[in-house]
Amino acid sequence: MSQDNASRPTFHHLVSGFKRMAPLSMFVIVFGLAFGVAALQQGLSGLETLMMSGLVFAGAAQFATLELWGDSIPLIPLVAITLAINARHLLMGAVFYPNLRDLSAPKRYASLILLSDANWAMAMTGTTPAERLGILIGGGVALWTTWMIGTGLGVIFGSAISQPERLGLDAIMGCFLLAMLVGDKRDLGVLVPWSAAALAALAAMTWLPPHAHVIVGALAGGIVGLLMPDRRGEIDS
Amino acid sequence: MTLQASGGGIMLAIVIMALTTYLTRAGGVFVMARVPIGPRVERFINAMAGSVLVAVITPMAVNGDWGARMALVATVGVVLLVRKPLPAITAGILTAALWRLVFQG
Repeated sequence: MSQDNASRPTFHHLVSGFKRMAPLSMFVIVFGLAFGVAALQQGLSGLETLMMSGLVFAGAAQFATLELWGDSIPLIPLVAITLAINARHLLMGAVFYPNLRDLSAPKRYASLILLSDANWAMAMTGTTPAERLGILIGGGVALWTTWMIGTGLGVIFGSAISQPERLGLDAIMGCFLLAMLVGDKRDLGVLVPWSAAALAALAAMTWLPPHAHVIVGALAGGIVGLLMPDRRGEIDS
Repeated sequence: MTLQASGGGIMLAIVIMALTTYLTRAGGVFVMARVPIGPRVERFINAMAGSVLVAVITPMAVNGDWGARMALVATVGVVLLVRKPLPAITAGILTAALWRLVFQG
């Protein structure tokens, strides 16, 4: 059906998504390098470190669970920490779902294999489902590739950049996500749910277990957005 | 429950961690495919889209040093001015680096 084709990414969309993410993904090499060095220090082999980066592809969770990798590996903390840190993907996937509606189930679930913060955030700035899918998948391939290159460099060469914060490199992810968030939005109405999200995240950081703040903040922002009157007047429900 | 690192235990643990992570990537879509998306659900997920990022960035601003905070301020300023992400990110990173150079010598 022709209307389905409009939401299906072509090879061109994937290449275009890869190219759009490529400049930023260069910075991911630094994070991968840091992870490779840290994992070797924890006693993992080079092959195991590369396997983890390649299969898990979730830097925050990989760093957070590093200390669990010893002579015996406690599975429940491993799974619990991984779930807590990566639970934000559940919300990102839910938000992305309308772009996947017209795909078959195998393609739909294959498209999500490389979903992460950066390519999801950039994909949401796309204008059509095909463009968004192209950024999610093509951009995901760019990020995965540089993450693997970085991990490999870390495994081979050890610590080349000892203090990435001196170069401002630790600020990259925050600045990137913020640039994607603000983008070309000029509607001040978004500040209401965003403020709710920030306050709820702060409250969760203070009073709830670690890593709960993303889910709590996102849900609070969503609920406030739901309760706000629709100013476009298109919906009368 | 623990796995012994010897005899393939590490590889098994890596696979378990990878599957757990994939479940979080696919889970939201799995649920949404079974929920009727009306205007209310749509408003909820649209508001949640930005809120996820706000909640991810919040601890960076709260726990970060002034270099990190000024980097975020510079990013917002430049993206509002030029509406392009790359100059904004570059401005943010440079701000963090310069701030630390000047104030933490």
